[in-house]
Amino acid sequence: MIETTVNNPVYTRNRIHPKKFALLVACASMVMMFAGLTSAYLVRQAAGNWLEFTLPNLFYYSTAVIVSSSLALHGSYLLFRRGNAVGYKSLMVLAMVLALTFIVLQYQGWLALAAGGVELTTNPSGSFVYVISGLHAAHVLGGIAAIGVALLHAFLLPFRPTERRKLRFELTLIFWHFVDLLWIYLFIFLAGQ
Amino acid sequence: MATVVTTPRTEEDVLIEQLGYDDHFHDHHDGDKFRSNFLTTYVFSQDHKIIAKQFLITGMFWAVIGGLMSLIFRLQLGFPEESMAWLKPVLGKWIEINPDSGMGSLSPEFYYALVTMHGTIIVFFVLTAGLSGTFSNLLIPLQVGARDMASPLLNMMSYWFFFLAGLVMFASLFLSTGPFAGGWTAYPPLSALPQASSGSGAGMTLWLVSLVFFVVSVLLGGINYITTVLNLRTKGMTMWRLPLTIWAFFITAIIGLLSFPVLASAFFLVMFDRGLGTSFFLNEIYIGGQALDHVGGSPVLYQHLFWFLGHPEVYIIILPAMGIVSEVLSVHSRKPIFGYKAMVFSILAIAFLSFIVWAHHMFMSGVNPFISNFFVIFTLIIAVPSAVKVFNWIATMYGGNVRFTAASMFAIGFVSMFISGGLTGIFLGNSAIDIQLHDTYFVVAHFHIVMGVAAFFGMFAGVYHWFPKMYGRFMNETLGKVHFWGTIIGAYAIFWPMHYTGLAGVPRRYYRFDTFQTFSHFDELNKFITIAAIVTFAFQLLLVINFFYSIWKGKKVTVQNPWGATTLEWTTPIRPGHGNWPGKIPAVQRWAYDYGKDGKEFIPQIQPLAEGEADGGDH
Ligand code: HEM
Ligand SMILES: [Cu+2]
Repeated sequence: MIETTVNNPVYTRNRIHPKKFALLVACASMVMMFAGLTSAYLVRQAAGNWLEFTLPNLFYYSTAVIVSSSLALHGSYLLFRRGNAVGYKSLMVLAMVLALTFIVLQYQGWLALAAGGVELTTNPSGSFVYVISGLHAAHVLGGIAAIGVALLHAFLLPFRPTERRKLRFELTLIFWHFVDLLWIYLFIFLAGQ
Repeated sequence: MATVVTTPRTEEDVLIEQLGYDDHFHDHHDGDKFRSNFLTTYVFSQDHKIIAKQFLITGMFWAVIGGLMSLIFRLQLGFPEESMAWLKPVLGKWIEINPDSGMGSLSPEFYYALVTMHGTIIVFFVLTAGLSGTFSNLLIPLQVGARDMASPLLNMMSYWFFFLAGLVMFASLFLSTGPFAGGWTAYPPLSALPQASSGSGAGMTLWLVSLVFFVVSVLLGGINYITTVLNLRTKGMTMWRLPLTIWAFFITAIIGLLSFPVLASAFFLVMFDRGLGTSFFLNEIYIGGQALDHVGGSPVLYQHLFWFLGHPEVYIIILPAMGIVSEVLSVHSRKPIFGYKAMVFSILAIAFLSFIVWAHHMFMSGVNPFISNFFVIFTLIIAVPSAVKVFNWIATMYGGNVRFTAASMFAIGFVSMFISGGLTGIFLGNSAIDIQLHDTYFVVAHFHIVMGVAAFFGMFAGVYHWFPKMYGRFMNETLGKVHFWGTIIGAYAIFWPMHYTGLAGVPRRYYRFDTFQTFSHFDELNKFITIAAIVTFAFQLLLVINFFYSIWKGKKVTVQNPWGATTLEWTTPIRPGHGNWPGKIPAVQRWAYDYGKDGKEFIPQIQPLAEGEADGGDH
């Protein structure tokens, strides 16, 4: 039925593929979740009894890493479309390595935060950082799973840039850019406080 | 799909054949890979029509459970001196027997658990999943002219997450410490401190898990509904030709997608407070003489997050009912819906405003009274689009040739309920009047009438109207009408008196009132309400019996379009198979409300416009 509905000639008149559209809608709902958390942050901050501290530098590095990962995956996608099998695979591996590095750096960041005296339960200002970045990391893990599947396809299937595989790649790419942009927003929000 | 071959070809079939859209759909006579056996056809089905039935029947199950719970706590409120020992076999230790007198009384803890579960179950499982889950699934593909949802797989998962949410909630009913008992709004500290009450421990944990599954279900469903409406409309089906049902489901899904994630955020923070010692919502609490570690949290913050979902949620419940009522009233009045575009714009206005009124639930929570003023104004403005809709429904019926079927009677009942309950909302929306009315039975009366009963009426109208499409048979009309009269009289009998008790200051969520001298003159009234509730519940059994009896024994539908409606679902075979139309997809030529036009009784949407004829939706 997925075939008959979505890959159906009737609907090719749509400029945007329904699955891509559905993914964007899902992203909108994730944005609302984080918007809820950051608004809660502001409301709680305005109420006083709020511990001020600066984010450990590790979070700056992790931000650079996730942005590079996004770029690497984008490069991989462009090479995939151009039919450059080797470049496509290697950039995808790079994107995956950077993605895993991001998670490690976030974890190190939490440890540094705790070592600096801001533990999970010290003050809501710190608790928010852990919860917001933790929930974001959970989304990144989802993205990593998607890239993992893409890697399996890249290395197990014969190289053939068909429409289906292109679509699949695009879905992964959109989500990966999304968690990247989301982190940039969260990072600016948290670091700017 | 033998029906397709044997039914004589109708005019509709010919139109679809000539003008429809050929998408090279292949009908598999022995089922395709998604329908090859019982399990994939009826249980793990990806067919939107089956999923709709799954939502409906699961919703009915929960409605019976939630309804029975209310009867038990109503017995407590109406007859606090009577023994409930006879309930001991069902409720076990929650009925405490006095060893001297043999008198059985309902444990106060369980009373609160019942009230909480009743609210949670009816609001989320029945009126959200059971209503918009059922009808969005059934009608979106059928009325926009799609073979199925954009992603049938996600659609199936949406149902199973709902099912899982139900299982977890059901399990929580059997915990030795009881289910959660802090009210359906789950305010901290009762929700955030496991030791706060007996239901706040394991009961609350399961409540949270269940509702997180539920949020996932709503989001998966909503993503699909939105994508299907925007991307899979058939040829000619412009947005301005959509039936109002689809507009309502579409906007409902958007509201849900924007508000439920915020509820999920609130739940995550509650989980952290419960399990990991953070203090988002907890502040300087003493339990048993001991000060807890939690400092610096804000319980009001939870209320903000909750009501940011909570208020849109009430519109998530009522908008689908409004859509159904608009469609049913128009079909059964044999008149175009009055002010189609005004209806759409008022849905949009309500949706927008629903996001900026949430603090009217918090006038008495210590929010700044100056900030309250904004919320008062926006709250009162919501009455405007609501009034537009009411006016249009009445104008649709006015001068129409109204057929009094069970479906149309429930639709009319909906309008009555919505007016009664909307008016009391205007009282409550004034922050000064709310000082007296907040947390009284006036609020209980308000939201049961405007949301509870009205949404049930919309659902009943939908069930009676689309049952022939779901099962190829009719429900019994006479039983339906008896059900209607019993329900509307019963519902007013239950909730009308509550306005008086509320105005007198009787607080909601109390275990008994007879011990307060100020309220003791309401004892008889409370008995009356309880009896009315029992009788009204009994009338609902008529629906359940009628529903299941008619699935197998109801009068068979013999014509494709039994109500003479214009919309696309009635151009499918009487029992549509997988993919809905056996051949081409119908193409749409006109808006959905051509009734009594140009001397014709009605003109289906697939009928081309005559020479020089203007399309209805455009003016
Ligand atoms: C004319 C439009 C409406 C206005 C002005 C309005 C206003 C209000 C206000 C101010 C309250 C808070 C009362 C208090 O707690 O002190 C309230 C409660 C409530 N309203 Fe409405 N309302 C309107 C329509 C609706 C509709 C259409 C629904 C549902 C479909 C609804 C559902 C509820 C519910 C569920 C509550 C109580 C929640 C709780 O405390 O448990 N209202 N309403
Ligand atoms: Cu509200």
